[in-house]
Parts: sequence; C-alpha cells; structure tokens
Amino acid sequence: MLYLIEQCLNGMQLGMLLFLLAAGLTLIFGIMDLINLAHGSLYMLGAYFAATLVGVTGSFVAGIALGVVATFIAGMVLEVIAIRPLYGRDHLDHVLGTFGLLIFFNDLVRLIWGPAGLTISLPSQMLTAVQVLPGVYYPAFRLVIIIATLAVALLLYVLVMRTRIGMLIRAGASDREMVGALGVNIKLLYTLVFGLGAALAGFAGMMQAPLAFVQIGMGENILILAFVVIIIGGIGSIRGAFIAAVTVGIIDTIGRAFVPDLVRHFLSYSAGSSAGPALSSMLIYTLMALVLIFRPEGLFPASGK
Amino acid sequence: MRKTLMLTAALLAFSAGAASAQKTVKIGFVSTFSGPTAAIGDDMRKSFELALDHHGRKLGGLPVEVIYEDDQIKPEVGVQKVQKLIESDKVDFIVGIIWSNVLIAALKPIIDSKTFTVVTNAGASQLSGEMCSPYVFSTAWNNDQTPQAIGLYMNQKGVKTAFLIGPNYAAGKDMLEGVEATFKGQIVGRELTAWPAQVDFQAELSKARNAKPDAIFAFYPGGPGIQFITQYNQSGLKGQIPLYTAFTIDSLSLPRLKDQALGIPGAQEWVRDLPNEANKKYVDDFRARHKTDPSFYGAQTYDAVPLLDSVVKAVNGDLSKKDEMRRAAEKADFKSVRGNFKFGPNHIPIQNFYLQEAVKEGDEFRMKTMATIVENDQDKHFQKCKMPN
Amino acid sequence: MKPRVTPANAVVVALIVIMSLLPVYAAATGNTFMMTLFTRIIILAIAAVSLNLIMGYGGMVSFGHAAYLGIGGYVAGILAKEGVNSGFVQWPFALLLSGLFALGVGALSLRTRGVYFIMITLAFAQVVYYVANGLDRYGGDDGLTIQRRSEFGGLVNLSNKTVFYYICLVLLLGAIYLVWRIVNSRFGMVIQGARSNERRMRSIGFPVYRYRLVCFVIAGTLCGLAGVLLANHTNFISPALMYWTRSGDLIVMVVLGGMGSAFGPLIGTVALLVLEEALSGVTEYSQIIVGPLLLLVVLYARGGIDGVLRLRHG
Repeated sequence: MLYLIEQCLNGMQLGMLLFLLAAGLTLIFGIMDLINLAHGSLYMLGAYFAATLVGVTGSFVAGIALGVVATFIAGMVLEVIAIRPLYGRDHLDHVLGTFGLLIFFNDLVRLIWGPAGLTISLPSQMLTAVQVLPGVYYPAFRLVIIIATLAVALLLYVLVMRTRIGMLIRAGASDREMVGALGVNIKLLYTLVFGLGAALAGFAGMMQAPLAFVQIGMGENILILAFVVIIIGGIGSIRGAFIAAVTVGIIDTIGRAFVPDLVRHFLSYSAGSSAGPALSSMLIYTLMALVLIFRPEGLFPASGK
Repeated sequence: MRKTLMLTAALLAFSAGAASAQKTVKIGFVSTFSGPTAAIGDDMRKSFELALDHHGRKLGGLPVEVIYEDDQIKPEVGVQKVQKLIESDKVDFIVGIIWSNVLIAALKPIIDSKTFTVVTNAGASQLSGEMCSPYVFSTAWNNDQTPQAIGLYMNQKGVKTAFLIGPNYAAGKDMLEGVEATFKGQIVGRELTAWPAQVDFQAELSKARNAKPDAIFAFYPGGPGIQFITQYNQSGLKGQIPLYTAFTIDSLSLPRLKDQALGIPGAQEWVRDLPNEANKKYVDDFRARHKTDPSFYGAQTYDAVPLLDSVVKAVNGDLSKKDEMRRAAEKADFKSVRGNFKFGPNHIPIQNFYLQEAVKEGDEFRMKTMATIVENDQDKHFQKCKMPN
Repeated sequence: MKPRVTPANAVVVALIVIMSLLPVYAAATGNTFMMTLFTRIIILAIAAVSLNLIMGYGGMVSFGHAAYLGIGGYVAGILAKEGVNSGFVQWPFALLLSGLFALGVGALSLRTRGVYFIMITLAFAQVVYYVANGLDRYGGDDGLTIQRRSEFGGLVNLSNKTVFYYICLVLLLGAIYLVWRIVNSRFGMVIQGARSNERRMRSIGFPVYRYRLVCFVIAGTLCGLAGVLLANHTNFISPALMYWTRSGDLIVMVVLGGMGSAFGPLIGTVALLVLEEALSGVTEYSQIIVGPLLLLVVLYARGGIDGVLRLRHG
C-alpha cells in the first residue's frame, strides 16, 4: 500500500512536468490555433539557459528565476520572427514549419553548448529524501516540483479567470475578431501568450534538468506526450490539461511499475521486460485514440467553445 | 558528422606524383559524437588520435587517413554509416563502435564485405559466439564478463539478495545475465528500462526500495549513468541499499558526479593507474593534452592502433592479404595499455578484471584500482564460435 | 496533364534519365555508394508518393504514415527470421497486412477532421511503434538483422545490387503511374473534390467516407510495399523505422517536392536526402540550414520545388 502511494507520487510528479509543458501548448493551440512542435525546443532551451545561469550566478534559485525570464524573452522573439507568419495558415503548415524550427534548434544548441550536454546540480539540502508518510521516503526535489507546479497552476487559474488579460485570453480563444474589434492589440496579446507558454515550457525543462540531463532533443519524447495530454484534456482548456496530465503521468508510472511483472506471468522473463514498458506506452496512445474517436473535443473542453 | 583528415604524409605522396602515389591506410572510425553519450565518442577519438601521433601517424610505415562517422547511438544509422565507409570510402579498416545493438546491426555488411574490423567497445555476446568472423577483432570484452566480475565481488561482500537494473538493449540484457551467472545470492528484482529514451528512473528506484534487497546492481553507460547515480542519491537510497555498478562510473562521468560517485564500486578491465609503461605514457600524454584522465573507452581504442600497426607491418602494407593479416592480429604482438593481452579463439581478449572506485586526490576525482577480481578471464561464448581456419 | 516542355518536366525527365543510368556509372567507377543512396531515395520516394495520394490529393494529413513502412518491413523481417524466405509469401503478406491496418486506422480516423485527424493517425502509429518495441523475439528496441533477402525461386536475385535497384526504380515509376491513374479517374475526382468541398460532393450523392477509406487503404498498401523494399535494402529493421519524426520526414518530402503533383514526392525526396548528404560533407550543423529552409518553403513556396519550377515558366 505504501509502495502504491510512492508510485502514485511518482506519477503525480511526472504529471506536473507534463502539465507545465501542456499548459502553454494548449493556450497557444486554443488561442492562436497553432500547432507548435517547437514547444519541446523551448523546454530544451529553458534547461540550457538555467544550466548556464546557475553556473554563472552560483545560485540555484537565481539561475532558475533568470532562466524563466530568458525563456520568456526567447519565446517572444521567436514568435515575432518565425511564428507570427504562420497564424491563419492550415495545420499542415504549422506542423512543417515548426518541425523545421525543432531541427534548427537541435543543431543551434549543439553549436552553442556542444554535443555533450550539461547538468544542473541541486543545492545540498535538496539532495536528500523526506519522509512524507511513515515509511514513505520521497526525494525532496521531487516534492519541490509538485508544490511549485501546483502553485503555478493556481497562478495560471487566477490569471486566466480573474484578471483583465485573462479575460482577453479567454475572449481571444472564442472569438478573435471580437477582441480585435474592441481595440485590443491582438498582436501583442499573441506575443505575450506565446512568451508565457515558452516560459512555462522552459520552467518544465529546468525542473526536469536536475533529475536527468540537459541534452539535445530532450523535448521530443515529452512533447508528444504533452500533445496527448492536451488532446485528452480538450484543446484550449487549462483545467483539462491539468487533469489529463496527472492521469497520463499516473498511467505511465503505474504501467512501468506493475505491468512488466504482470506480463511476466504470461510470457518469459525477457519477453515481459520488453513488452511491459511498451504496453504502458501503448495504453496512453490508445486512450488518446479513444478520446479522439468518441469525444474529439476532449474530456474537459474549454468553456465558451 | 564527417571529418576527413588528410595527413602531411599523404601530401608528400601527392607531391611525388599521382602515378607513384604511396598507398595510404584508410580507416573508418564509427562512434557516437552527438547526444547524451557524445562524451564517449569524443574520448575514443582523442585516444585514437593520440595513439596515431605516438606512431608518427603511420601504420606499418604507411600514412593514415581517418574518416570519423557518427552513429547517433542508433543501429539503423550505424548500418548506413558502415555501408557508406565500405562502399563509398572503400576503407581498409573499420574501428570503434560503442554500442552492442549498433554492432549487431552493422556486422552483416562488415562480414559480407570481409572488411577488417577492430571493435573497441561493443561486446555483444553474438560477436563472441555465433556471429564471430575471421576478420573481426575486439580490443574490449564480452558484455557479460565485467558484470560477472562484479557478481563475484558481491559474493565476497556477503550480499545475499540483489536488485538488478539496466537499459533494455542488447548489452543491458547481457549485463544482467552476467551478474546472474556468478552471483550466488537471490535476485529479488530485474528491471530493463527504455534505451536511450528513458531518463527518469524514479519508478524503478521505488520498486528497488520496495524489494528490500541487500544491494542494487546497475549498468548505465554515458550520460544516463550520471542520471542514474544522481537519482539514486536523491532518493535517499544511498544510505540504505549499497550500489554495485558496471560501466556506470568512469573518468568521463566523474567530473560531473564528483563526490556522488564516492564509495560505489565497479569492475573494469583497465584503470588509468595500471602499472605498465605503455599505460603510463598513454595516460600522461593524454592528461598533458586534455587536462583529464582518459576513460576505458579511450584505452581500448588506443590499443587498436598498435594492433593495426603490427598487422600492416606483417604484410608489408599489402592489405589484400587478409588471411595473413588475420594471423598477425591473432598473435596480439603489441604492447597493450592493460599489460598482458591475448586473444581467445573467437578474437575476444583474455584478460584481468579489476575492482575500481572513485577517490579524491587533491581537488580532483579519479578512478583507482582497488583489487584484482579475476585473472585471465575468458568469455563463456567462445565454444559457440565456429571460426573458419 | 498534357506533356509540355516546362522546367518541371525537364527536371523530371533529367532525374529519371540520371537514375536509370546510375548503375552504369557505378559499374564504370566501382563506386556503388551513390547507387546505395539512390536505392534508399527511390524506396522512400515510393512511401512519399503513397502519402501524396492521401495528403496532396485527398487533403488527409496523416502524421503516422511511417507505420506502414514499419509493418511492411517487419512482416518481411519476421517471416525471414522464421525461415520463410520466399518473396511470393513475404510480399503479398506484407501488402495485405499494411492494407488491413490502413483499413482499421482509416475507418476510425476518417470520422475526425483537421488537427484531430493528424493526432489520431499519430496515435495509431505510436501504438505500432511500441508494439515493435515490445517484440522481444524480434529484437525489441535493437531491431532485427535480416540475413537473407526475399527469394523469388531463381526468377530474380535481389542480392544483386543492380537488379534490386532497377526493381525499386520500376516499382517507383509504377507507383507514380498508378497514383496518376487513380487521381485522374472518376474516383480520384471525387477524392479531390471532397478536399475542396466535402459537403458538395456529399450532396451530389457520393459516399465520401467510403471513397476516402478506399484511398487511404491504397496508400497504406503502397507504403507497405516501400517497407518491404526498405527491409530488403538495409537487411535490417528496427522500431525507429516508424518513430513519429520519420512520419514527419515523409510529410517534409511530399511538401518540399510539391503536394498534389505526380512527380513532386520524388523531387522532394531526392532534394531532401541529397541536400542532407551534401551538407553533412560541408558542415556538422546541417539542420541549421535545413530547418529554416523548411519554414521558408512553408511560408513562401507552398507548391514546393515543383510549384517553383512551374511558376517560373509562366
């Protein structure tokens, strides 16, 4: 039972990362109607920025904070230069254009930071495990990820539901011309939303970096998972993205934790080891396909649509 | 990625006129130069270049041209690069190859074209057994030998139960089987993770904790090894369940891991402090040039150069005499940086395996030989190899 | 499509002549690498031609087309591993299975539109990708080496590189002709009509869904053929054959060459692969050039290379 709780926490933590990535993706998709395959590149850029800035400032927190700002700016610059001309084009153009950006950023990062990748070291107090329940130890930094993301989610909710800019964002999602007619600078709004999405993706990359490795192409696998999340949650819906992210995170983790042993009851040991992780990944994509077949608008469609 | 190094000697030959052009030895070098394991390919290249410099950039008196190709850690890319080297560049030798799965994929074109090849890392059991070939040699080991050594060490330390974890590819499977072959205790869990995509091992570490073993064995080469050790430390397991490793902590990961790597034993066939003259020259010159220790990947690759030198010498530069070249290579008539060195009948080295640990010397973290675990170890697959005479 | 002398046609004719003579060049110089490269290009061009049928003419943007490459390849590989080397068994079986898979995917996916169609085809391809990953007996992640190419009982020898090259080339030209015939038939008119105005086609009384499904199955089967050829060419298959970026590559080839043009996919495949090969000799950072180039094509040259060649003419 305690073991199950621990694995659910693991799934929750993966879900939090997915949410950070998916939140920006779903906002950009919902408001600008843009499929952005380069979103994973912003996740990667954020991690590289943070790794560099933590090194320069010598402080983990300062490095992350500056990294978020840097990704925010990088996102806005990218929007103005390369993304803006894509608005209003069909989805195929988005896929292709941003696919081009994705491979561009992979080599750009290799040119700037070299092929080997970087690491971010954690402050020593985060290198330990915390006892969250009697008998359940959990890495301190993973708890930080969960708490920080919950805070970000809350902030996003307040921003979108309770502020004027949030109102514009919601209005922009349902009726673009209307917002334009109100005299709002829609171009600026789009740039800001894209920057916000970039900052969220970058933050996700920074949170993943100390657990893993800052490397080229680190965003490609998780990007597709983030797309799964926003499809399941409903395009444009922050709430949907949150619930779907946690669901996908838990399915993936529980699948990895329990399915291989289950499969080994039926197959040989080695066949089970290969089939187990493959099965849990298949489960996620099957879920997405089912949602698309039966509820293409997603499980929690954005309000007003 | 492709870099062609035409050397001064080749230029001399050119100036002497095309008709009497001296033959060059063309070497195709396949390794990984991008992604999270790029540091390995980089270390291999540096060592190969150093070894060539030590030989005056000549093999058996002939000038050398090297073509470096990046397999991107992908079998399908590796096959293409090997095919290109054989068909387009018409190389005399292929050297390198880190990954067992890349090697297995690339072996068919290599064997079909009878290209003389020195594998300097990948130790797929198939190469030692049913897929052995007269013109393919390894300066490394068979995958299961190193974990077999660490399994023996775990017995010495009185480990009764163990949890094994590694990546789900050819070498990962070989590694876990290696530990199982010599470890006398009980295996309470075995995990294979997606390779090289999976970077987060938390679910598996939770599983390991839940299995309550005496020890965990892990095999994660390159960048993923840094990730694994870091996460093992973060999960608080370090004080609870000791870790034993193969190919996870080396002089490439050590500068990043620093004190996280202390106290975690591993096994290896070469360590930078092995007391022999060739090794001292190699390590000292490498440090002078690159300010760090080379890794075992580099050492194995360094050894390929004197081996090939002896081969080219034996046929006086006539590289069409493949059978004579093979006989020459089988003698292993060169000074290896690991001291004693000979080939088994399947062209896999018979050699010692040592216990190594990371230590702090001044401000620098370095690998250190702690003991010899097994002497003159031969892989257990050689009988499956039907080597034609 | 009347034959006229245009830059586009001239390029196509030149390309076909060059490709036909390539083995002669290889025999004369002893350098077979160009032939190997072009065998690969031709095979991928077959896949791109099949994608062009549904995407270029039918407006169905499949982001999972590489799955059929994988299915065709794995059928050949698995049968070879189990000792069935006869091409008379391997090839029909590969085509049949690719077609059946396309039937299933199409039946479910074609109910959706736009971005949902893109995503659902991606989802199915990822499922197949993970199935291949889970096949421990057939190498799992590591893939599978194919020891012997398909055998046709002494009729043709696929292990002969020149023979294999010409077979691929003939199949490619056959595929282009097949697609051209389909597109210019009544069936093809409906498919194209439905792309621009689905409602109208339906109100005329055409069962658009069924027409599209048939089109989807034809494309899947054709791509399965490319898969068998690819497996025979590389003697190796792995799940990477159908990773989502590979599906992206196929889309790039089609769009780069020119969507909805008969020879566009061929031009696109040649351009992309030759460009990559050439750039990799010049710089380590070829994607820094290819990436933005792609964006520029999307923004300013919607018709791809084929479109540019035609526009310039008038």
